[in-house]
Amino acid sequence: MRRWVVKGKFLMAPVLVLAISIVSLPLWAHHGFAAYDTEKKLTLKGTVTQWLWSNPHCLVQVDATDDSGQVARWILETENPSSMARNGWTKDSLKIGDQITVTVMPAKRGGSVGRIIDMVLPNGQRLMGRGNPSNPGAKPEESPKP
Amino acid sequence: MLRAVVTQVVVPATLIFSALTFSPVSRAQSAAPQSGAARDQQATSTDQELDGWGHPFTSLPKDRKLAPAPRHDISGIWDPPHMSGLGVFGAISMPDDGKPEHQPPYTSLGLEKLRTTKPTSGIRAVVPSETNDPFVLCDPQGMPREDLYELRTVQIFQTPERVAMLYQFGRIWRVIWTDGRELPKDPEPRWFGYSVGKWVDDYTFVVETTGTDERTWVDRAGRPHSDELHIEERFHRPDRDHLELTVTIDDPKMYTKPWVALDKLVFELQPSTFDVREMICSPSEYELYNKMMGDRISGK
Repeated sequence: MRRWVVKGKFLMAPVLVLAISIVSLPLWAHHGFAAYDTEKKLTLKGTVTQWLWSNPHCLVQVDATDDSGQVARWILETENPSSMARNGWTKDSLKIGDQITVTVMPAKRGGSVGRIIDMVLPNGQRLMGRGNPSNPGAKPEESPKP
Repeated sequence: MLRAVVTQVVVPATLIFSALTFSPVSRAQSAAPQSGAARDQQATSTDQELDGWGHPFTSLPKDRKLAPAPRHDISGIWDPPHMSGLGVFGAISMPDDGKPEHQPPYTSLGLEKLRTTKPTSGIRAVVPSETNDPFVLCDPQGMPREDLYELRTVQIFQTPERVAMLYQFGRIWRVIWTDGRELPKDPEPRWFGYSVGKWVDDYTFVVETTGTDERTWVDRAGRPHSDELHIEERFHRPDRDHLELTVTIDDPKMYTKPWVALDKLVFELQPSTFDVREMICSPSEYELYNKMMGDRISGK
C-alpha cells in the first residue's frame, strides 16, 4: 500500500507540474506602451503573413526584407479594435500577401517586435497606429522612471 | 490563412452580460438643455470623427459656447480624454513610479499585502507569465479598478431609483441606488461592491461603494484593499458637455488615511448615436494574442 502511494506521488508529480503550469499561464499577456522604445523609429517593407483583429491588441505579422535581401519575421502591435476603428482601421484593412511599408517603435527587448506608428497600404492609404483624432496632442502615459 | 484560423478558434465571448432593462429615463426634474439630443443639434461643424465601429459622426465645434449642465443629470455617453486605456501604471493620480509622493499611505498590513501582488506594470512589474493579476484570467476588474484602469467610454442611464453605468472596457455594468437607501451594514462581497448615490448640489453626484470583493486589486499596479474598502466617486458636471470624476480610496486596514486615486478626470459628452464598441476579455482571443506575442516583451 505504502509502495503504491509513493509510486502514485511520483506519478502525480509531473501531472501536478503540468496542471500548475497550465493554470498559471495568463490569458492576458497584455502590456503597456512602455515596452517600446519611443525614441527609436524603424521603417520596414514587407509582406503581411498574419493579421489578427481582436482584443487586447491587433497584431500584424510581417516578413520584412532589408536592403541586403535578408528576410526577418516581425510581430507588429497596434491597439484594440475599438481604438483602431476610431483611427480609420477595419478588420479588412489588411489581408495576407499585402505589400506594406510600416514605421514602428521597436521593443526595448528587441526580438523583431514593434509598435506601429503608421502604415502605408498597397493602395497608398496611410493609417495611423496610435493617437486620438479628437485630441492629437494627447500623449501616452509615461513609463515610470524610478 | 489567418482568417481561417480565427474563424475556427474564436468562439462567441464567454462573458455574456445579463440583460439589463431600464425604465424610461426620467428627466422631469431637469429643465436645462438635455444631454445627447441637444448636443446633437448643436453639432453643426463639419469636423467628422469615427465611433468604435468606424461609423462617422459630427463632433462638437471646439470653439462652441458652453451650455449649462442640466440639473441632477449625468446621463449620456461620455468619453475620457484619451482614446487609449488610462492607468497603465496604476491609479492615474498615484502612478507606481517610485516617487514618494505617489506612494499610497500604506499601513504595515497594506505593505504586507502589497508584496503579494505581482503586477505587469509599474516599478514592481514582472513579465506576463509571472503575474498574479486576477484580470489576466478575465476575472472582473471590480471596483474601484474599473475607474482606475482602462476607463474608456461610459454610458450612463438614470431613473429616479438608480443610476446605471455601462463601461466599454470589459462590457461591464453596475447599478448605483438613488432611492435614499443606506449602504448595507454587512454586505455579501460583490465584484463591483454595493453602491448608493446622492446629489450634493445641482451638478455633483457622489457615489459611495462598500462590500467589494477582496480578490480584486485597487489598480493595475496591484495596490491592495480589504473588506473595509470604502470608495467615493464624485461626478461633477460643470457644463452640458463635460463630466469630471474624482475617486477617493479609504481603507483603514490597508491605508493610514484616504487618498485620491483619480482627480477630476474630464469626460466629454458624445452624440446619442455614438455606437460604443464592445471590449470583452475573451479567453480565446487572448490565447491567440499570446500565441503570437507571448513573453516577447515585458510590461516594464
